[in-house]
Amino acid sequence: MRSALSDLRRSLPRVFWYVACSVIALLFLYPLLATVLQSVKSPTEAAAAPPTLFPETWSLDNYAALVSSSGSLDITRSILISIVIAVGSMVFTTMLAVFGGYGLARLKFPGANVVFFMILITFMIPFQAVITPLYLVLAQLNLTNSLLGVILVIGTFQLPFGLFIMRISFTAVPRSLEEAAMIDGCGILATLRRVMLPMALPGILTTALFGFFAGWNEFFAPLILLTNQKLYPLTVTLSILQTGQEGTLNWGVLQAGVVLTIAPCILLFIFLQRYYVSGLVSGAIK
Amino acid sequence: MASIRRRRSVAGLLMTAPAIIAVSLFFFVPLVLVVWISLHRWPILGANKFLGIDNFVRAFNDEAFISAASFTALYTVIITPILFVIGLTLALLVRRQRRGVGIFRTVFFLPVVIGLAAASYIWVWLVQSGIGPLLNIAVWLGLVDSNTNWLASTQGALGVIVVMITWKAVGMQMLLFMAGLQSIPVELEDAAKVDGASRLQTMLYVFLPLLRPTIVLILVFGVSHSLLAFDQFYIVTGGGPAQSTITAVFSIYRASFVSFDLGYGSALSLIALVVLAIVSAVQLLLLRNSDND
Repeated sequence: MRSALSDLRRSLPRVFWYVACSVIALLFLYPLLATVLQSVKSPTEAAAAPPTLFPETWSLDNYAALVSSSGSLDITRSILISIVIAVGSMVFTTMLAVFGGYGLARLKFPGANVVFFMILITFMIPFQAVITPLYLVLAQLNLTNSLLGVILVIGTFQLPFGLFIMRISFTAVPRSLEEAAMIDGCGILATLRRVMLPMALPGILTTALFGFFAGWNEFFAPLILLTNQKLYPLTVTLSILQTGQEGTLNWGVLQAGVVLTIAPCILLFIFLQRYYVSGLVSGAIK
Repeated sequence: MASIRRRRSVAGLLMTAPAIIAVSLFFFVPLVLVVWISLHRWPILGANKFLGIDNFVRAFNDEAFISAASFTALYTVIITPILFVIGLTLALLVRRQRRGVGIFRTVFFLPVVIGLAAASYIWVWLVQSGIGPLLNIAVWLGLVDSNTNWLASTQGALGVIVVMITWKAVGMQMLLFMAGLQSIPVELEDAAKVDGASRLQTMLYVFLPLLRPTIVLILVFGVSHSLLAFDQFYIVTGGGPAQSTITAVFSIYRASFVSFDLGYGSALSLIALVVLAIVSAVQLLLLRNSDND
């Protein structure tokens, strides 16, 4: 009796912990699950008031409607544009962060620390704060209404984080490895490629992943920098759908669009969680 | 030897140059330009005219801007402690390794990885009058009646955004707090327990002081994001009802890209930048490590 009671006393907090965590997990998952379920309801059911919890009839009509839409609502084109922006920002940020990070960490030049400090300031100020002059700079360079302009802006404002991560990653590589490569006759670029890059691979993946997410999810930059609706990525095209500029608003179709927008993020995060989290945490602790 | 060092230093500068050019062109040049443009009438087409400080005088007399600025401050004051307390609580809940904890961590963090725009489209639907499932759950629980429209009142709209941002962003604070907590040696916690400290006392006198660097990071970044909030209000409330949920960046957007009055938009940007710099500096000063003074 006594032992049963102490067992209970010991396991009760654990049971309570599981119950509490499960309830919170449900609260976090509910909006995502509701959205996915909404997207597979039939269009009439998706517009019903009050709404149904689970789809009574399962249908992919909302996705069909979304994909077959045309004009400024051409979702297939928006998806392609989102991919171009995401991959573009990823490549731009990663390239500049790898070279810059190596330069700042290992090939110390006069003023390297000042440069790093100046770049970190950018980290503290989101580009929303300088959007008006930024627009004029891009206009001067003929980069408004251009996907390249959007990529350069997103990539640049993602750069401080990338440089930070790459500088940490390269600093962590033992100097002896680099020296051994140099003694074997490798030049600076060959050392970077053969010795440093493989060692810094987790940092590179983190930088690339954040660059991709930043480009894929960005809303404000394309909204401001693109006036041609045919160049809108998914995030902005959905606002045309939501405000019903093209006929009546269909919540099922909108949620199908949302599912297409969030699915890559969730899948990439689940598979590459390690790099996502380790990058953030190393950034936070240093 | 000296020539090798020289070559390495030249190579370092060359490799860093693209990053320096990009950040200069798209951040430092705009940062200087914003001051210059703010002193002008600067239409998107047509001639510029030097105005001196007229744009700033206009801003401080512009009721719409003053109300946007105070609404942004109100939003920041509400959302910051909520994210802080819930983020820390979640971190304490899942910081220890045990069976199943990984799944909970992932689920709590999941909304962070979807975009703010996507999250906004989800929530504008969840709370929609009549068809919104979250609203209908509230009706079913007897909390509100069925013709409620949360987005039709300022408090309701602000409440929706606060709940949504908590859902969307609290996982990030949880993760940062977890990282901070993990860097505290277990012995310290044990020692406090041996000394008879209660959980609350351990929290207040052991954890919080040692978490100071994490707290600075979380507050400075969190506050600057809240002060520059735009996407969620643009998509979910559209600045309504009656323009009562227009934020500072929303008013910059409207001045520069709806009215095409870039001079006035730049003046508002400069005011926002100065406020941001002051608020960040004050937080850094207040939270600096007094042991090192």
